[in-house]
Amino acid sequence: MLRIADTFVIERPRTVEAALALLATHGERARLVAGGTDLLVNIKHGLHAPEVLVDLKAIDDLRRIDLDGDVYEIGALVGIHTLAAHPGVAAALPALAHAAGLIAGPQLRRMGTLGGNVCLDTRCVYINQTPRWREALGFCIKKDGDTCHVTGVGKKCVAAASNDTAPVLWVLGAEVRLVSPRGERVVPLDGFYRNDGERNTVLEPDEILTHVRIPRPAETRRVAYQKLRLRGAIDYPMLNLALAFDLDGGEVRDPALVISAIAARPRPIKRLPEGPLGDDLVEQFAELAYKQTRPLTNINADVQWRRDMVPVLVRRAFAAARGEPHREATGELVVAAEASRL
Amino acid sequence: MKTLISLTINGELHEVAARPNHTLLEVLRYDLGLTGSKQGCDKGDCGACTVLVDGQPILSCTTLAAMVPPDAGVTTIEGLAGPDGLDPVQEAFDRCGALQCGFCQSGMMLSARALLDETPSPSDEQIRQALGGNLCRCTGYTQIFDAVRLAARIERGEPVVYDPRSADGYAVLGGRHRKADGHLKATGRAIYADDISLPRMLHGKILRSPHPHAEIAAIDTTAAEALPGVVAVLTGDALPTTYGVIPWTMDEQALCTDRVRFVGDEVAAVVAVDEETAQRALGLIAVDYRPLPALMTPEEALADDAPLLFPGRRKGNLTKRVALDFGEVDAALDSAHAVVEGDYYFEGTAHAPIEPHCVVAEYDARGLLTVWSSTQIPHYVHRTLARVLELPADRIRVIQPALGGAFGGKSDPFGHELVAAKLAMQTGRPVKFLLDREETFHTHRGRHPMRMKMRLAADAEGKLTALDSDITIDGGAYTSFGLVTTYYSGQLLTAPTGYATYRFDSKRAFTNKPPCGPKRGHGSVQPRFAFEIQLDKMAEKLGIDPIELRRRNDVGPDATTVNGQRITSNGFLECLRVVEEASGWKERRGKLPYGRGLGVAGSMYISGTAYPVYPNEMPQSGVQLRVDRSGRAHVMCGASDIGQGSDTMLSLIVAEELGIDPSKVAVTSSDTDLSPVDLGAYSSRVTFMAGLACQEAARAVAAKIREAVGSTLEVPSKELACGNGRWFWLRDPTRGVTAAEAFVLAEAAFGTVGATGGYRTDTSLGGDYRGGTIGASPAYSFTAHIAEVEVDPETGAVRVHKIWAAHDCGFALNPTLVEGQIAGSVYMGWAEVAMEEQTFAYGGPNPGLLRGPNLLDYRIPTAVETPEIECFVVESLDPTGPYGAKEAGEGPLHPVLPAVANAIHDAVGIRLDTLPFHPARVREAIAARAQREGGS
Repeated sequence: MLRIADTFVIERPRTVEAALALLATHGERARLVAGGTDLLVNIKHGLHAPEVLVDLKAIDDLRRIDLDGDVYEIGALVGIHTLAAHPGVAAALPALAHAAGLIAGPQLRRMGTLGGNVCLDTRCVYINQTPRWREALGFCIKKDGDTCHVTGVGKKCVAAASNDTAPVLWVLGAEVRLVSPRGERVVPLDGFYRNDGERNTVLEPDEILTHVRIPRPAETRRVAYQKLRLRGAIDYPMLNLALAFDLDGGEVRDPALVISAIAARPRPIKRLPEGPLGDDLVEQFAELAYKQTRPLTNINADVQWRRDMVPVLVRRAFAAARGEPHREATGELVVAAEASRL
Repeated sequence: MKTLISLTINGELHEVAARPNHTLLEVLRYDLGLTGSKQGCDKGDCGACTVLVDGQPILSCTTLAAMVPPDAGVTTIEGLAGPDGLDPVQEAFDRCGALQCGFCQSGMMLSARALLDETPSPSDEQIRQALGGNLCRCTGYTQIFDAVRLAARIERGEPVVYDPRSADGYAVLGGRHRKADGHLKATGRAIYADDISLPRMLHGKILRSPHPHAEIAAIDTTAAEALPGVVAVLTGDALPTTYGVIPWTMDEQALCTDRVRFVGDEVAAVVAVDEETAQRALGLIAVDYRPLPALMTPEEALADDAPLLFPGRRKGNLTKRVALDFGEVDAALDSAHAVVEGDYYFEGTAHAPIEPHCVVAEYDARGLLTVWSSTQIPHYVHRTLARVLELPADRIRVIQPALGGAFGGKSDPFGHELVAAKLAMQTGRPVKFLLDREETFHTHRGRHPMRMKMRLAADAEGKLTALDSDITIDGGAYTSFGLVTTYYSGQLLTAPTGYATYRFDSKRAFTNKPPCGPKRGHGSVQPRFAFEIQLDKMAEKLGIDPIELRRRNDVGPDATTVNGQRITSNGFLECLRVVEEASGWKERRGKLPYGRGLGVAGSMYISGTAYPVYPNEMPQSGVQLRVDRSGRAHVMCGASDIGQGSDTMLSLIVAEELGIDPSKVAVTSSDTDLSPVDLGAYSSRVTFMAGLACQEAARAVAAKIREAVGSTLEVPSKELACGNGRWFWLRDPTRGVTAAEAFVLAEAAFGTVGATGGYRTDTSLGGDYRGGTIGASPAYSFTAHIAEVEVDPETGAVRVHKIWAAHDCGFALNPTLVEGQIAGSVYMGWAEVAMEEQTFAYGGPNPGLLRGPNLLDYRIPTAVETPEIECFVVESLDPTGPYGAKEAGEGPLHPVLPAVANAIHDAVGIRLDTLPFHPARVREAIAARAQREGGS
């Protein structure tokens, strides 16, 4: 079987401060781990060889869900399954609960955490493979090599952001709280993600993401999430998107549309119009999204088809956000395109 | 360095020294001996390692043992049964036939347990979702869903009645019996190859080629040998003898000596004190490769200037060509009322059993070699070990432990088996090789990619007059069963729907890919896909209902096909009738709204081959049976139970013939020291051949018992009958003895009571031409399916709502197991339509590199999207089979692919000819049709 080649020390701090101290001591030799669903597989694949694992699971402070204030606050250690099944989250942030419920399978949802999903490493058909496979490939720029096999040119890694929660949190206007020995900073998601597959967040090696903060959505806010995948469980998104807008007397205001599983950074679609909600507006969104989205071969699915699915998912997200009947078949369709609305 | 960790497992506190980098799964399995949790995919993709932590299902393969809090309660499958017996989930899985190979089921049952703890009355959708992270390869999930529903009923205290009925005229057969190994698999106590651990055992790893095609100039193992912990390093020079499953095409070596032919070809092996050390040592072996051009398609391989995979081979890169003519095909095509043509392509697929390959070898002080291997054919492993190790066969024992899925992928003798045996001999220590998931994909022997061009002709009445078929087969790097594949691609297509003349020309080429071989429905799934679509096109062209077209051309029972195959029983028309009625075909087909459709297809398959893989005069299957004075019978047979239930089949036949309960029959199978030779679990031969052998042995034993009991009761022996644990006089059933007493009487009269039975080939079968015996089977099964699909025209996604599957298995010795084989076959066929494909390179720089050889990238369907499958068992009572039985394990796969294709045509009017039916392909075809129709 595929074993973890090298051993490491596991530290189990009980406070954020203790965890920060460990990071400060060990620097790049240490890695944070919570659910481990992403990190351990990456270690098995030889993508990381940490000498110290800082296990955050004992920090109970990071396990809280606070939905009382004008800004909701969810601890980084809140489990994916908890997010998906929590009645309060389902009522306050149904699109987030919906997206969480579409992550992987039941077991991984019980292991994985919100912080882990937000910080999920980028993925690519050329990188998430065994060391033997990557060696036969000649390695790639993200690890051990100097070529990107997706683009064939350039020196930039284009591995894809594959988190289900990121697009939803983004359109919800979420921020993440990052703490380090230098203090605390709060970064909105559009400032958190970078367009570099080697390191697609601004999180510093000595920094810990402790909470996700989400402003309470207005009553008029509509949010929907769509995920494209071939199987009804287990799979990472082949494409995903989140849509949000205020619906005020039939008028769409302050829209946001974020598409991901394309490049290292989830992509906010620009120049979205406002106006009366109707087929014309939906088609404008669909066309803008199509024009601004160019899937690559970093994900194991037909590139043109994924691009063609962008307007389809946009339309379905609108239908879901409007509460209209739409094709929605959680896990039933061979391609399951799901949605939810607030 | 190891540290002491505490774990609470199944209520018991364990202190165990473990390395921090060891997962919970490794500690459970290898440190604590809790081997019920299984390792399938290496990295969190399959769910076989599922355990409960505080009642919640998690994956133990991606959980570090040291990160599990000591007070967290871990539940493994070993902890599920209570002091009062099985948990209702285990009971239900056993009752419903959900435990086929059983390998994934420990995890599956724990996921089911967690579901029922939270949701005592789950909906079907909740069941599917809860099991979505547990992949099963055998069952098609159908009987698992049944089991979860049954467990819920048991727990709710609802009355549950198990149907005790056997078939008319039988005491045991035809009844829904538990599997002989059901309790073992339900409790995680069945022992699979990797569950075996021997004192002083070494662990091996194999160095594999990173090149698709290269010469090996030199191998330097010095540094690897010097690594502390390494015990031995092996290269191909130590095992140069070639081998292969077919005696005429022995073109493999245990480790390549001068050339590698695909990425993953085996080059060197290391054994060390642990797997990590062996793995590290591989990195220290220096191989000097001289890369050669990679041939990735048959077209490239058969080009005039192509480099040869086997230099000097007379036929170059052509493995085999079979060109056969039956009747005046050209004349029939010329004079036909209608001709339909098609060009079809099947992309290769893998078996992807959840259990990876594993072998343990031990060479003891007496010079006896014992090999435990995850093989489905111990006898061929035995022969190959003798050949390559140059060891007398009487010094070798091969044992097949419980097997975690095979589907044809564990039919060949493999390099890792030879290497393990050699290293066990060389080191004097037991040796284990457990392949990882990627290596299992490299070992392959999966379904061949095939390009199929067909022309089908008919007269105005819809009688088929000709089939002309041209097939190109991509064989991969070695021959494996390729000789047979090439024949089967033509020979198995001539029933149930017949035609007057036939020609096929099949060519198999070597390419620089992992070698293809037999996968469930060997050789005939691909051409069946093409042919049944041809039939649908013909029906459309002639304006005849597709079912009616098949009826008009049904070859019927007691027939000879155009290529000379003898058909005995044939229940195809009944299969058609059943699915036609159940699906509402007449009322609904062609009348459903756009996007929804029905499609039909049929097929036949062999019940074993009339001729063995290597020519010999001995029985294809042998059985030894003895009974003892305790009232117990013991049946020994080389047949491999690979989850399909052949041990159960043997026990049911013995129980029937001797009048005892199946639980009183012990089965020892697939151990070359203890069981007579059976040629193994392939070509759907086991129930037919081992069944007949077992029937013969059991009847011989019964004759002795009959005589002894008759003489004691002073009644004519021929008026005795047996059943339900008694032997009795038919005229006065109150006069009788218990079966145990009967065995005692027989032993007193004759001494130790036993008998043998054997199945011998009927050498008259097959067509009277070169190759006419290949494809000849003593009996053929028949199948008809109807699929109902819904196509999402915007995405191209095809959702299969339901498949009605009717299969003529002759006679169902155990209907639960037959239904399990039907549902599992349907699932596997549907998976090949929906998503599975073995492809290469992604366009990257190494053309021979498999696309994601793991269970995340090679997607196999989950419980969530698998269609509803309704099974119908049709019984035609074959005059040659055991009690009328024929095969059920492979035939029902075939019609799924074309039935779905034909249903898609009914739904949205497109013809898809390239598998799999990715949404991208479907959507493109819909767009092309719209453009055509818009333009006309």
